Amino acid sequence: METFDFQYPAGQPATGRVMVGVVGSGDLEVLLEPGTPGQTRIRVTTSVNGYGAVWQAQLDRLFKADAQGWPAAQLEINDFGATPGVVGMRVAQAFQTLGNAAAGDAS
Amino acid sequence: MSTSPLSLKEQGSFVELDARARVRALLDAGTFRELIDPFERMTSPWLARQGVVTQSDDGVVVGKGRIDGQPAVVLAIEGAFQGGSLGEVGGAKIAGALELAADDNRQGVPTRAVILFETGGVRLQEANLGLAAIAEIHSAIVDLRQYQPVVGVIAGSVGCFGGMSIAAGLCSYLVATREARLGLNGPQVIEQEAGIAEYDSRDRPFIWSFTGGEQRFRTGLVDAYVQDDTADIRSTVVGLLRRGRPKVERSDQYGHYLERLASYDARVQATPDIVRQVYHVNPIANANSAGAGHA
Repeated sequence: METFDFQYPAGQPATGRVMVGVVGSGDLEVLLEPGTPGQTRIRVTTSVNGYGAVWQAQLDRLFKADAQGWPAAQLEINDFGATPGVVGMRVAQAFQTLGNAAAGDAS
Repeated sequence: MSTSPLSLKEQGSFVELDARARVRALLDAGTFRELIDPFERMTSPWLARQGVVTQSDDGVVVGKGRIDGQPAVVLAIEGAFQGGSLGEVGGAKIAGALELAADDNRQGVPTRAVILFETGGVRLQEANLGLAAIAEIHSAIVDLRQYQPVVGVIAGSVGCFGGMSIAAGLCSYLVATREARLGLNGPQVIEQEAGIAEYDSRDRPFIWSFTGGEQRFRTGLVDAYVQDDTADIRSTVVGLLRRGRPKVERSDQYGHYLERLASYDARVQATPDIVRQVYHVNPIANANSAGAGHA
């Protein structure tokens, strides 16, 4: 088990909380909560050791590409061996669910 | 019936839903309120010390709300997290919610409980603390069922084993799908004890023929055998709750079951048909299920 911390520039704080996913084989859970303005902090706990560089690369791709577009959030990721693709989809799902909830679509 | 993932979603598969979505689906629309939600981070203090990643709800969802307009609590175990195993925290969430429901009833609030079993039983990393929590769940079910029926649902695909199979046996009513399995010991444990010649844990049709949802229904250990369909499962649960408490709880019929088991000649290799015959004659269960008509 390993833990990593990441930080990225972001927009205004998220307006709600979202939880998606499950700490099951090849999957992960994402807890999204409002962050401080302009900053997204991510804490990753993973069951698979030695993949710090892969996490860095995948989260860089997600958050640097769209740095100002996504709201500032505090993200907790608990991972049970998800592939980078699954990581990307779960993180996107968390932000999308947040957007839907803000738009009044309680899902 | 097509088996593509898309059509499973379209037909409203219950098995495919995660624990939280299952709770939402069973409660009346808009009434779901989660107790000890993931953001309270009531996680297992024992898993991390053993290098195991924790889940923010410890694999148990406690949903308060209404079913059929009546106060209800739905307890769902997430089978994808650590095989739906119950440790100190998840076990305490279930036991505590059942105890609160019983207290509600003593104060005139007719809270009912539905338990969604998806569990291999005790979480081995938490050993005695998990066992203690499961024992608390047992006594809480027995306490609550004095007032209201406690309905258990085994949907699949993990099934319900170990100490939690005893919890299922204590429920007033049990609902199962074809995908479900119910047994005290899991297949690999039985194979290890009895030998592969007697019980091959890799032989799936064989395993289901003894412990699957249909067989458990045919032997009277399950009250309703349902399709993997969310609407169907919901209406079955509502129907069982409307029926109220059974005349005699299944677990109170232990004398009958012991007598049936004693009548069986263990030198004869059991088959699913023999097991059905052994369990078949049960006037009390038949009286309870009169008019149930779910097959």
